[in-house]
Amino acid sequence: MESHSTSGGSPIVTITGCVIVAIRDDLDDRSVMVLQDHLVDEIARTGATGVIIDISSLEIVDTFAGRMLGAMAEMSKMLNARTIVVGMRPAVAMTLVELGMTLQGVETALNADRAMALIKAGR
Amino acid sequence: MNDQTISFATIIQEDFEQILSAWLRNQAIEGVKRTDLVSPRETEAQSRELLAALSRALKTAGIGDDFNFSNPAWDPVREALEQITDSRTQRGVSPTEMFWFIASIKQGIFERLKNTVPDNSNHLIDEVWNATRLINQLALYAIDTFVQKREAIIERQQSEMTEVSAPVVKVWDRIVTVPLLGTLDSFRAQTVMENLLEAIVQREAQVAIIDITGVATVDTMVAQHLLKTAAAVRLMGADCVICGISPKIAQTIVHLGVDLPNVTTRADLQSGLAYAYERIGLRVVAMKD
Repeated sequence: MESHSTSGGSPIVTITGCVIVAIRDDLDDRSVMVLQDHLVDEIARTGATGVIIDISSLEIVDTFAGRMLGAMAEMSKMLNARTIVVGMRPAVAMTLVELGMTLQGVETALNADRAMALIKAGR
Repeated sequence: MNDQTISFATIIQEDFEQILSAWLRNQAIEGVKRTDLVSPRETEAQSRELLAALSRALKTAGIGDDFNFSNPAWDPVREALEQITDSRTQRGVSPTEMFWFIASIKQGIFERLKNTVPDNSNHLIDEVWNATRLINQLALYAIDTFVQKREAIIERQQSEMTEVSAPVVKVWDRIVTVPLLGTLDSFRAQTVMENLLEAIVQREAQVAIIDITGVATVDTMVAQHLLKTAAAVRLMGADCVICGISPKIAQTIVHLGVDLPNVTTRADLQSGLAYAYERIGLRVVAMKD
């Protein structure tokens, strides 16, 4: 079972019941809305139990990007999908901490591979 | 030559050798020659060089009301001073000795002024004042240079210390640790955080152990830095455990009212490592004999 779509330039792929989104670094308000739309649609359509958000191409973050991640995790949780944010760069992590956005309630993993293993293990 | 034209500048130019030898004599009298550190020949060469630079500069630069030591005319004098201070302080000459080394030039000049300018002359006092002013400036500049050199050394040592004091070590597959030593200020905390996060990416670490056994004191600032580091590690997708918390530090943290939410803490490195093994699904067992 595999499907593929793009929204605002960010590709969404579903592999074995796991939705994978790679966030692009040039997101604006509008494309975030589109992306969120597509993400929830995709989760509902495939009945996925896991969502992996890859932010390895994000070089700069602000409170907006931080809120976006939190919101996406929240939405997925409502659809009974566990969300894991992966691939955060050291500089991004430091900026978020300085901004006081520790993304409580959002799970993290080093890379998509690890996240996939976590979701499969169901722990 | 009438007495109005006799000035401290002309004396240095005309009686150069006498003043130089008087200066060297005075250095010995004041006990600042430090023959154990600087050879007499070197001292003479340095003194001669400085006096010659002074004599040349006095030809063009004013020393009356318009005296200004930052004037470009004094550049060669400043350069000579810097060189002398540098070479002398590197050998362990103290600031006091450096000051007297310069200030002992005065007596020879005053001596010559006294012999050439008639008694009870206001002119004599003016010239003594001009000379004093200039030579004090020279001495202060030497001290300034001395302090600057020292500060440069301290700065260099500090940066070297920061670099070596935050090594991130891989203790096992997917486990990295950073042992912290000494005091943890904002600058060092930042370096530690950067190094640790980079290591997590490079080594694909799943657990990061921060060992604070060697941290002398934990105050609210240090606790804040530790919290931030732990939060950043979590964002990277790894677990963070802070270990080496002595009973005293545990008390301090509680008394300070610092909250460490969602941070795993352990008493020593061993329990920190045990926690890390557990997180990556490993167990240490005794060998069967």
